Amino acid sequence: MDKIFELFRKKDKPVAPKSMADTAPLTEDQLNSIVNNQNVQFELQQLIAATGQSVGKQRELNEDSVFALTTTMAGNSGNPPFGLYIVADGMGGHQFGEVASNAAIRIVAGIVLKKFHPYLFNLKQDAVEESFQEIMLEAVNEAQRVIQLEAPGSGTTLTAALVVGQQITFAHVGDSRASFVYPDGRIENITRDHSLVQRLQELGHITPEEAENYPHRNVLYKALGQGDLLEPEIFTIAFPQPGTLMISSDGMWGVVSEKDVIRAVNESPTLQRACQNLVSAANAAGGPDNISVVLAQLIG
Amino acid sequence: MSDDDNNSESTSPKTQLQAGVTLAKRYLIQEVVGLGGMGSVYRSRDMHFPSVTKLVAVKEMIISAPDPLVRETIVKNFEREANLLATLHHSAIPKIYDYFTIESRSYLVLEFIHGKDMEAIINDTNGFLPEDQLLSWAIDLCDVLDYLHKHKPTPIIFRDMKPSNVMINSNGILMLVDFGIAKAFQSGVKGTMIGTEGYSPPEQYRGEATQAADIYSLGATLHHALTRRDPRLEPPFSFAERPIRRINPSASEELEAIVNRALEYDPTNRFKSAAEMKEALVSIAQKKGVSVHTSAQISSVKMSGIKPLWKFKCEDEIRGTPAISQGSLFIGSYDHNLYSLDAANGKFQWKYPTEGGIVSCPAILEGNIYVGSEDMLLHVVSERSGKIVWTYYTDAPVRSSPRIADGHVFIGSDDGYLHAVNINTGRMVWRFEAADAIRSTPLILDDMVYFGSEVGGYYAVSFSGELKWRFRAKRAITSSTVGTRQAIYFTSMDGTLYALDPSNGWVLWRYRMGKASISTPCIADDLIIAGAADGFIYAVEAKSSKEIWRFRTDHQVNGSPVIYKDSIYCGSVDGNLYCLEYRTGRLRWKYGTEAAITGTPLVYDDIVYIGSTDHHVYAFLA
Repeated sequence: MDKIFELFRKKDKPVAPKSMADTAPLTEDQLNSIVNNQNVQFELQQLIAATGQSVGKQRELNEDSVFALTTTMAGNSGNPPFGLYIVADGMGGHQFGEVASNAAIRIVAGIVLKKFHPYLFNLKQDAVEESFQEIMLEAVNEAQRVIQLEAPGSGTTLTAALVVGQQITFAHVGDSRASFVYPDGRIENITRDHSLVQRLQELGHITPEEAENYPHRNVLYKALGQGDLLEPEIFTIAFPQPGTLMISSDGMWGVVSEKDVIRAVNESPTLQRACQNLVSAANAAGGPDNISVVLAQLIG
Repeated sequence: MSDDDNNSESTSPKTQLQAGVTLAKRYLIQEVVGLGGMGSVYRSRDMHFPSVTKLVAVKEMIISAPDPLVRETIVKNFEREANLLATLHHSAIPKIYDYFTIESRSYLVLEFIHGKDMEAIINDTNGFLPEDQLLSWAIDLCDVLDYLHKHKPTPIIFRDMKPSNVMINSNGILMLVDFGIAKAFQSGVKGTMIGTEGYSPPEQYRGEATQAADIYSLGATLHHALTRRDPRLEPPFSFAERPIRRINPSASEELEAIVNRALEYDPTNRFKSAAEMKEALVSIAQKKGVSVHTSAQISSVKMSGIKPLWKFKCEDEIRGTPAISQGSLFIGSYDHNLYSLDAANGKFQWKYPTEGGIVSCPAILEGNIYVGSEDMLLHVVSERSGKIVWTYYTDAPVRSSPRIADGHVFIGSDDGYLHAVNINTGRMVWRFEAADAIRSTPLILDDMVYFGSEVGGYYAVSFSGELKWRFRAKRAITSSTVGTRQAIYFTSMDGTLYALDPSNGWVLWRYRMGKASISTPCIADDLIIAGAADGFIYAVEAKSSKEIWRFRTDHQVNGSPVIYKDSIYCGSVDGNLYCLEYRTGRLRWKYGTEAAITGTPLVYDDIVYIGSTDHHVYAFLA
């Protein structure tokens, strides 16, 4: 408790009444500028996030799983923000998809948090030896192993984002998507769908128009739990500033138009409300599949 | 197999049967010979034949799914599998002797194959497998597929043709193994992928499994064997992007054509049957039987014709890197001198003697040259006259190159300090103590100084000399750092190329090279390129640490690669300066000097400058 007070005191010091006693009172503008400058000085970065989920209007079972954790980390340099965001979509119409997607978030989050446990819950000076990418790879491999044991033959997508400071390390398999939504109204897909329809487009065998009505839109060529040699896409890039990280299942991105996504993200007063609006939009469009979305912003 | 680390986790030792255990009062477990997705394969002895040693393979499937419905499905598939095998009789299909289930484990007892699978053979072979060998295997595989496809009452589609499912026994006889044990065999279930990603044709992803699908997978298997490029690590259906003979020039045009036809996107364009494909293979095998096997090494690279524009001889080895300014080239030599040469023709302009060898790269600012020497000094010399301006003492030889920023020169020394020296006064502003010698060149980025030391410590120090964070590699960090705000990169004697977050020192990724490295990485668009003592130059994708290409030289690569336009220039201890296409790592040209190259080239205005331990500085057209 004392520590918390200390923190507050430090922040308040420059504008504390005492320092004003023997000088002229500061105007509102001056006060604001001092407070603002101070924020810059401390380089405080704030990570905020929200999630939304719905079973949709046409499915009885929810086969999507979502995980979101936002905090800050102790030790090393500063107290960088820490976030872990995961969307897993159990393979559509497939047996035991919900077992697979649940195992995916459980195992991946469990392993990643175990690795960061000493930094999140203790003070530790040295950086971990393993890289972010190695930690994510280990988590995905373990999830793959467990799914093959607990629900052989089943599969799930997995799009996981580990945020430390201003770096995001992604692990991605399947056709859930990570995208950046920019305030200027652009949306950028960060991940590549491991779906047959996407691959056939890449190869030029079908056109984007044909892809819209392709009968096998749900077929994945890569999924967690499937195949003996899984190579997830793992990469590290900078958090968009300004911008919003969005992770969603195809029940969201496949249903809500890009225009509506951009509007929901950029025009909602809070990220929570933006998530709600996205879920509502997907349901309003028929809600053909389970809907999952995570939004996160790095501010400051 | 390279993925042993991952696979070994898939069955922890405690769940494996121990040698000496007898199953079903009959099969004495001897040892684990393989790991499958759901259990192990054991070499076992059939104790019903006590007077002879009859070996069998016992394939185990551990059912650890907690859901009873899932368990039931697994056992049903398993039994279907066993029954299917029992109806097959072909020399390339292992015989099934028995199957049974004990508690949560099901077992298949099969003919034991004493041999190696084709994937292991590909991985264990240096270079490419002989084409004759592959031809005979391909013919055998067509033969067994033909048998399966003509099976009565219903044709059998293997669906999972790939190198690891092909065993070659000690007599060179081929066997097709793994008929889908533990794999969901129901067809038509939406979203299910039966087969193996990478080897399966497009239509198989849609749930259609036909003879043409097996032919495609056989084509994929042969493509993998011919090119050594594992299709599971590439995007699906991308074989056309890896033409066989471009990767393996010793492959024949005829075989390439057959494999390409098997890999046609449209099933109707492939061979109509395995029998037809077999015929095509047999006909080239017959032709080859007559004509001598010609594996002419076709090299499209022109090696001759590369001549230096000029060269200049020093009195001893050159291990350092040149710098250029105002048409003059500056380079230090082991003969203790710093030389100034006319960059256009290599004509001598002046030399400045120090008391020790110069192994680093000079820095140039406002008419002055800054260079460290093994005489423990940082020398500052007039660019025009070669006359001394000032010197700065450290307590040990200087092998780090200076970096100048914000009115200060930053340089490491074997005395264990990073020195910050005012360039106007030549006086120390501060020095930062590392645990050991600093031979790396500091990187200056956003008012921070980044450098490594010879015991593996890595430091981020502010412009005022304060430690911001540190990191530790397992061995020395002699390489210098390159980087951006997003990530900084360096190599270590521990054989790793590191990517760190410059703001806090967290490791973003590590890429393991074959051996130690002191080569400073170079950033070329989205690639990070560095050499290592194993003789390779590696190119790795910056965001994913995925290897994009590697190029083999004939000795250690201790110097650093540099990018100029779309070429990478890099020297090797084999004496060559290499020019590679930076996207693919393909050799454009090389030039052999008379001795090892350990320095880094400089490319400026379409001219490449490089020093060699043969005492010469060379200039080439880039």
